[in-house]
Amino acid sequence: MTVPTSEKTLVWKRAVRTVDVPAESGGTVLLDGRQFAVFHFRNPDAWYACQNQCPHKGDMVIGRGLIGDDKGEPKVACPQHKKTFSLVSGKNLGGEAYCLDTYPVKIEDGYVFIGIAEA
Amino acid sequence: MSVKKIIVIGNGMVGYKFCEKLVANGGAKAFAVTVFGEEKRPAYDRVQLTQYFSGKTADDLTLAGPEWYRDHGIELRLGDRVAAIDRAARTLTSQSGAILAYDTLVLATGSAPFVPTVPGVDKQGIFVYRTLDDLDGIIAYAKNAKRATVIGGGLLGLEAAKAVYDLGLETHVVEFAQRLMPRQIDEPGSAILVEKIQALGVRVHLNKSTKEIAGNGHIEGLIFADGSRLDTDLLVISAGIRPRDELAKACGLETGPRGGIIVNDCMQTSDPDILCIGEAALHKGIIYGLVAPGYEMAEVAANTLMGGEKRFIAGDLSAKLKLMGVDVANFGDAFGETQGARTVVYRNDKAGVYKRLTLSPFGDFVMGGMLVGDASEYGSLIQFMKNRTTLPPNPEDLILGPRGDSKQVGSLSPIFLPDTAQICTCNNVSKGEIVKAVRDGVCEIGPLKNCTKAGTGCGGCLPMVADILKGVLESEGKTVSDHLCQHFGYSRQELFEIARIKRIQSYAELLASHGKGKGCEICKPAVASILASLWNDMILEHQGEQDTNDRYLANIQQGGTYSIVPRVPGGEISPEKLIVLGQVARQFDLYCKITGAQRIDLFGARVEQLPDIWEILVKAGFESGHAYGKALRTVKSCVGSTWCRFGVQDSTSFAIRIEERYRGLRAPHKLKSACSGCVRECAEAQSKDFGLVATEKGWNLYVCGNGGAKPQHAELLASDLDEETCIKYIDRFLMYYIRTADRLTRTATWFNKLEGGIEKLRKVIIDDSLGLCAEMEKQMQGLVDTYKCEWKEVVENPELRKRFRHFLNSEESDETLAWARERDQKRPANWHPELAAEAAAIAEATRTTEP
Ligand code: SRM
Ligand SMILES: Cc1cc2nc3c(=O)[nH]c(=O)nc-3n(C[C@H](O)[C@H](O)[C@H](O)COP(=O)(O)OP(=O)(O)OC[C@H]3O[C@@H](n4cnc5c(N)ncnc54)[C@H](O)[C@@H]3O)c2cc1C
Ligand code: SF4
Ligand code: FES
Repeated sequence: MTVPTSEKTLVWKRAVRTVDVPAESGGTVLLDGRQFAVFHFRNPDAWYACQNQCPHKGDMVIGRGLIGDDKGEPKVACPQHKKTFSLVSGKNLGGEAYCLDTYPVKIEDGYVFIGIAEA
Repeated sequence: MSVKKIIVIGNGMVGYKFCEKLVANGGAKAFAVTVFGEEKRPAYDRVQLTQYFSGKTADDLTLAGPEWYRDHGIELRLGDRVAAIDRAARTLTSQSGAILAYDTLVLATGSAPFVPTVPGVDKQGIFVYRTLDDLDGIIAYAKNAKRATVIGGGLLGLEAAKAVYDLGLETHVVEFAQRLMPRQIDEPGSAILVEKIQALGVRVHLNKSTKEIAGNGHIEGLIFADGSRLDTDLLVISAGIRPRDELAKACGLETGPRGGIIVNDCMQTSDPDILCIGEAALHKGIIYGLVAPGYEMAEVAANTLMGGEKRFIAGDLSAKLKLMGVDVANFGDAFGETQGARTVVYRNDKAGVYKRLTLSPFGDFVMGGMLVGDASEYGSLIQFMKNRTTLPPNPEDLILGPRGDSKQVGSLSPIFLPDTAQICTCNNVSKGEIVKAVRDGVCEIGPLKNCTKAGTGCGGCLPMVADILKGVLESEGKTVSDHLCQHFGYSRQELFEIARIKRIQSYAELLASHGKGKGCEICKPAVASILASLWNDMILEHQGEQDTNDRYLANIQQGGTYSIVPRVPGGEISPEKLIVLGQVARQFDLYCKITGAQRIDLFGARVEQLPDIWEILVKAGFESGHAYGKALRTVKSCVGSTWCRFGVQDSTSFAIRIEERYRGLRAPHKLKSACSGCVRECAEAQSKDFGLVATEKGWNLYVCGNGGAKPQHAELLASDLDEETCIKYIDRFLMYYIRTADRLTRTATWFNKLEGGIEKLRKVIIDDSLGLCAEMEKQMQGLVDTYKCEWKEVVENPELRKRFRHFLNSEESDETLAWARERDQKRPANWHPELAAEAAAIAEATRTTEP
């Protein structure tokens, strides 16, 4: 069941200490039994979060991917078969249909918070 | 209406293929199918028959067991020969007395060996070579025999010779003609084949006609027309085949003057209710003694029965065979019989290679050819022939490859392949589709992959795709950018020099000074590799730039678990170390496998288990095997002079010395090596990036070989070197490669693009023509001196160990991993159904929201 985002409320979940996320890189966090990938770019600072499961083959590995940009669009490459996804929209940059779910991120009190829509 | 009854006579290779095709097109369900087979076993792979002598069992050779026929509703009557056909009554009678009615008959009776009427052929110890029963007879008789002779030097005769040779008998081949395989190759080709076969110890007697078989009850020798005699205890006659048309003749079907049941393009005989396929069929005056055309006939016949339109077009007699270990291929007009055809011949007695091409009268396309000793170009030559591809300016390049300083693209370059050639086998993408996409404006490899799908499966064809891209762009006068990626306007080679000269130590520094943007999965690992080759920093200091394998010092596998490959230098391992590997595997429930490169791979570790596993391994004296890195992998060895009775040098010790010298060395791609103790080359050094083969005087050093998707023989760089000189040359060779190769380019591919070829390499490495040798040796020595085992560093450093966990915010492990068990070991479950459903749902959702 998908509920339109407008009917959902955004709940901010405290995910991980900022110092525990390697810079220019990222990792995986566990929130209420669900896995998310978190990434941190520097100069200027920018944080992103998305699902940890790669929609290509279903492995829980996106958090171990390399990050970078495609013509300015921040992206992550899955470590398994190097499928790349926009970290902003989650769009598959290789043109295949499957995409990532991305989530809003905010930094407060030295923690990364991930915004999850709940009905 | 009753179900139409189809009876197949003969359960050989083609008869079976017919059943298979009938199952595939629904015929097996639509009709009542019965198969008669005279042999007592269900159809087996006759082509591989000889392997019965080298370990294959009858079961291994069986094409499908009785249960297969049963499952598809086909009645199989084995060990029962059909004795007569009554066409008027539409019935047949079998040897066992069964009388069955038919609506359609399919004759797939194959052929029988031809046995000439020489006085004495009925003696004991004389065999033909066609069925498993024949082979059992030969094996039983050979127990009391020393010498065996085969009459007939054609394809089947040489197969038979291999068989008796494998049984350990002294082997002779007798051929009536002046050469071996008279129908496939000419005299110079035969000369090479004879030489190679004789080198194995098999005696070849040409120009011999057998007059009589001597012996009292059982064979003792052959007496030839020229009066000479050859003593032998066992004889295999392989003097040709005769189609089994006896049933057809008896019931009045039309047959050819020299045998064979005449068929039309739909495989119908002169009685349209009786079809004939395989070696018994005579189509347009030709009997096809090969299995591929037979299979085509089977398909056509099955299609005919279902009312289809398929026709049998003259089959292809081209064949590539391996006879007694020697490649022999023949295709098209091999003997240049076409009026005005031209011939190109290459003959190298030393290497034992003979190649002959027939070109069209104007020399513009290939019409056929023969290859002896090396048939590696067979596949592409066949493509050239079938597609009538216009030849390169020097057609000899097709069989010789580019030579000397010639800048001609190699014959195997996909540029010369026809548009129909299949490039990506995973996704069935032809060359034409790739060329079209490039012409339509897709001029980068990434987008090209996305739009054609080529290279998105296993990726093995990517080098070819890249070559095609380059070729098409060049033909349109555009240059191909060798820039690393959109973040760096430099090639890997240029970046290497920039980093070296400016002493750049980190990716961030190089990106800031010479690049733009945030980088990507292409430039990050490439630069990390350059920095490692230059400064040999601990790999984990560049964590953010390393691909996952280098980041976790292990190979990522299905499901996101990792595999562990400890170094086993030269493949030599003590019992104690073996025990530790077993204990670790048991403790952590890891799947064990001996790899293709003489070491042991432990699969299925969770990321957080890696440091604990390595702690035990390091304590037991193991080091990282760098199976995860673009680095030196293994130096394979053979036992060499220590144990092997043929060894002339201690190859194991030298392999270990080399492996320990270059362990951890980062390069543009992985590096593999091997070291063999004599010319028998058991370590396969000539297929490695660099390899050593012992000689009486020292070592021959080979470079730029490759296994993998596009195997390539290594080139001999220098011979009879002492160990110190070897190491000096290898230092220089590796450093030169590391400095000048593109990213992810193995030495073989690098070499193929190196202008000047092996001569150039010799000048640089041996004659120091660039004046770089001293510097390169020093650089290599620096890397050797600063080597550290990455895993030892991690195990001993609590901060580094912390990085090995699945979650940044929790000590838990990834609960989605699931396992199954197979052959008493674990393996990844094929990913959870619920996850699959979730992924499918995501894909579905995106599909409906996008236009
Ligand atoms: C484990 C092993 C197969 C086995 O079960 O035996 C293996 C497994 C893999 N090979 Fe291999 N190769 C293994 C021996 C070989 C060999 C044989 C050899 O080394 O003697 C070859 C051919 C020799 C050669 O490389 O010239 C070989 C040619 C390849 C290639 C093709 C390279 C090429 O130039 O065409 C790839 C793909 C690549 O590197 O891009 C590859 C890639 C791979 C990868 C890394 C694929 C991947 O990305 O996951 C596989 C995972 C390894 C792992 O442990 O996680 N593997 N692979 C062998 C490990 C040997 C070792 O002890 O290190
Ligand atoms: C040693 C060897 C090596 C070979 N190597 C190659 C190779 O490398 N490449 C290649 O292309 N080809 C090779 N061949 C040839 C290939 O095996 C044949 O082309 C192929 O087997 C022909 O298939 P078929 O079904 O027409 O005949 P067969 O496989 O001979 O099958 C015919 C079957 O019909 C049975 N039969 C005959 N009459 C009756 C009857 N009246 N009632 C019931 N059953 C009957 C026979 O007993 C036999 O089992 C090789 C053959 C041999 C012997
Ligand atoms: S181990 Fe090598 S050959 Fe086997 S599937 Fe993996 S990459 Fe392919
Ligand atoms: S699993 Fe992520 S790209 Fe294949």
